[in-house]
Amino acid sequence: MEVAEKKNKNKRYKPILDSIPDWPVYQLSKNRKEFLEAVTEHAFRQAKQLRPTTKQLLDELEATVYREQQRMKRNRWRVDPQDEVPFWASVKDELVSLTNKTSDEVQSKADDILYKIIHRYAGEIAGNFKPSSYRFARELVKFWFARLLNGARVKKFGAFFRNKYTLRDKIHIVGKVKQLRKLAKKGTVIMVPTHFSNLDSILIGWVIHSLGLPAFIYGAGLNLFNIKIFAYFMNSLGAYKVDRRKKNLPYLETLKAYSTLAIQKGAHSLFFPGGTRSRSGMIEKQLKLGLLSSTVEAQRNLYLKSQQGETEIRKIFVVPVTLNYHFVLEAPDLIDDYLSVKGQDRYLPEHDKYGSWQLLQFLYKFFSKGSNISVSIGRGLDVLGNYVDDEGNSLDPHNRIINTRDYFVSSDEIVIDKQREDQYTRMLSQKIVTEYHRINRVFASHLVAFVAFEMWQHKHPKLDLFELLRLPEEDLMIPYEEFRMVCKRVRKQIYQLKTEDKVNHATHLKGKIDLVIRHGLENVGIFHLKRPLLFNKEGNIITRDLNTLYYYHNRLVGYDLEKFI
Amino acid sequence: MTSRSLSEDKPIGVIGAGNFGSAVANLLAPHRKVLLYARDENLVKRIAEHGENRGHKMHPNIEPLNDMAYVAQECDIIFPIVPSAHFRSMMKKLSVYLHPYHILIHGTKGFDIQLPEKESIQNTPTLSRSQVKTMSEVIMEESVVVRVGCLAGPNLSKELAAGQPAATVIASQFNEVIQIGKRLLRNDRFQVYGNNDLVGVELAGVLKNIIAIAAGALSGMGYGENAKGLLVSRGMVEMVYLGRALGGNTKAFLGVAGVGDLVTTCNSSLSRNFSVGYRLAQGETLDQILKSTDEIAEGINTVLIAKKCAEYYKVRAPITTTLYKVLFEDLTMKQALQYLMRYPLNVDIDFL
Repeated sequence: MEVAEKKNKNKRYKPILDSIPDWPVYQLSKNRKEFLEAVTEHAFRQAKQLRPTTKQLLDELEATVYREQQRMKRNRWRVDPQDEVPFWASVKDELVSLTNKTSDEVQSKADDILYKIIHRYAGEIAGNFKPSSYRFARELVKFWFARLLNGARVKKFGAFFRNKYTLRDKIHIVGKVKQLRKLAKKGTVIMVPTHFSNLDSILIGWVIHSLGLPAFIYGAGLNLFNIKIFAYFMNSLGAYKVDRRKKNLPYLETLKAYSTLAIQKGAHSLFFPGGTRSRSGMIEKQLKLGLLSSTVEAQRNLYLKSQQGETEIRKIFVVPVTLNYHFVLEAPDLIDDYLSVKGQDRYLPEHDKYGSWQLLQFLYKFFSKGSNISVSIGRGLDVLGNYVDDEGNSLDPHNRIINTRDYFVSSDEIVIDKQREDQYTRMLSQKIVTEYHRINRVFASHLVAFVAFEMWQHKHPKLDLFELLRLPEEDLMIPYEEFRMVCKRVRKQIYQLKTEDKVNHATHLKGKIDLVIRHGLENVGIFHLKRPLLFNKEGNIITRDLNTLYYYHNRLVGYDLEKFI
Repeated sequence: MTSRSLSEDKPIGVIGAGNFGSAVANLLAPHRKVLLYARDENLVKRIAEHGENRGHKMHPNIEPLNDMAYVAQECDIIFPIVPSAHFRSMMKKLSVYLHPYHILIHGTKGFDIQLPEKESIQNTPTLSRSQVKTMSEVIMEESVVVRVGCLAGPNLSKELAAGQPAATVIASQFNEVIQIGKRLLRNDRFQVYGNNDLVGVELAGVLKNIIAIAAGALSGMGYGENAKGLLVSRGMVEMVYLGRALGGNTKAFLGVAGVGDLVTTCNSSLSRNFSVGYRLAQGETLDQILKSTDEIAEGINTVLIAKKCAEYYKVRAPITTTLYKVLFEDLTMKQALQYLMRYPLNVDIDFL
């Protein structure tokens, strides 16, 4: 039985900028060479500031070479450039040859090496936005999605070529859409979504397009570029590459410089501040501060420039977004990773078992069955985490207008203070986390997963998490009536939280609880081989995969709902 | 640059002309002009006429006034030093005039609590951190100011006024605030340390008030130095436990604002908290004591709040809980002491 989902407004949004040449991301890639020079310069200066003495710089360079060589030995990817082995070998030779030189020579040579490394990294990171392949990719996605959707759903001859359904029927966009469109005209938008699945990148790309916004620049994990389908779309959508294997200082500074300068140039950007996909299935609590700090820095630089009489001030707006799924393709593996790390601290390499074929299969299933996705757009924030109004003015909790510039002022002037800005970045990240929890849309599937797992935990109070997960699945059963009662109680609390503006929920969560439970059970982890939650013949609740159930349950952790079990 | 030199001349604001507020104003005055805000207009006149307040001879660089808007407009740096009970209402008034470039360094050692309408602090069973706020948190909640710091340490106003050597801690998450505090307060007889654990330092400053009352009580019963050594060390442990439950780090408690302030207040008959304990031990009741003083002993409220927090977070806090019983439940000091001496737990240190 289908529970009625309130009809999506299904509106088509007009593009806010007409032609691609006006898009900041296009401007960026047209002047790619100059831009890379600027990034290199900027990162070079930052790195020099952090390693002021020759000794420190040399140590850093040596560490960088060592780590790079280790990485190439242990963990090489298809996307890695062919010439990287000889490149790093030559850098190493140059470093070795410095031993007998005078200190002046060493300093200037070390600077050269640093510059060379940063320049190389900048080239690796930089995206390559081409209007022609952007248009092509966009049409391709639309065309094939439409074919899939209609072929799968309309059971008639020739359905394949019908256009009865579009993506907008499957993906619901809710929240502050209008404000987002306004802000994108007034200033630079930084979209920061939650990250659960590799599909997020494509999904959010589609969302941005369908809201009529110009392409954003993405910070996408380099591992995604190993998958050919992804690589093609990402490249054409203005993605830049973030390689999480590289943790050395020159790389991190280059990455930050790239993001900072692109934002300063007015390119709308998108990155996943959680860093990687949420392994546990929980909404991110700790964000990575590196890229986030580039927004604060960019805003400060813009104010600084305006103080020196340059350009109009573009304000930067941070927009949190949550992606809500019934089903996450990688869930079983993600939760395995999470549990093994939690059980014993060990390094965990990125691995992606899902190639192009699995993705297509998933997409087919996704379109042919009931599972929907919703995307909640949060209210815009300034770089300090204050809400902004539709005109882009920052507001304090009493709705008085704040001048964001004042945050960077000491003694009447804009001042660069790194420690202060680090603190600002932390404040911003805390605010984003709060916003995630607030705009998160609870689905029926989240509710049933949460309730079932908590009830089992409740029945075995002496077991810790790992012992609980080791219980044989056959032994676990919850009588329907009991389950129903608890679901009702927890749902009531979710309503309560919603009135306090602490969470949001899908419209399908309302209505008769029996229907909601059925909807939840039908959808939770819908395409996994082993279903995390289902009815048995007697109509009671059982599980086939407790680990995955734990994963889906985690989505509702952090709201203090455990008390209501 | 002109603007820089101008702002170097900007005066410093002090809100609250109580005992400690006046002392801080006097510490600042040799460096810069100080605008000292007092709520009471008559007090402003008196200070202006006599150059004296609560026994402090006021530095000529201090200008007393009654205009908050003016203070906020003239000063980038403001030291709010008012009792915790009035802190939030003061901030509500002040916040209208504040901007993100302001820097606030407070010197108030107390908690702010917010309760649902029908409840009073006496009858609410437990208190959680969402209801109990430190002063820096009040500042952040009520205003747009983010560069916040606090001033804590062994700073008895009378000794400061007499120019005796002393030290303080400026705590803030912002190094620039610490630097400014140092630049403004430091002199040959006043050492200033920095700490990044703002909440930890605030908690240390607040929680030590509890132990100060207990120290007064020991003294009031006529006990000597052994007893005091026992109290200071066990009191310290209890502060660490409570402090950690409320979001501070252990380190802050080992510094000037923790141990430093604790030793001072436990040995000083000058402190208000100490004298409350002393008089309780002499057999007076809380009501009698409250009637006879005009300045508020923060410690009484702190005991009340800390006890309820301890219950919420399930922290063992024997000294706080027994003091609570003496203050509000007719236990005598003698019985309280007996109870504590028989307390079963005897691990010395288990928090490092």
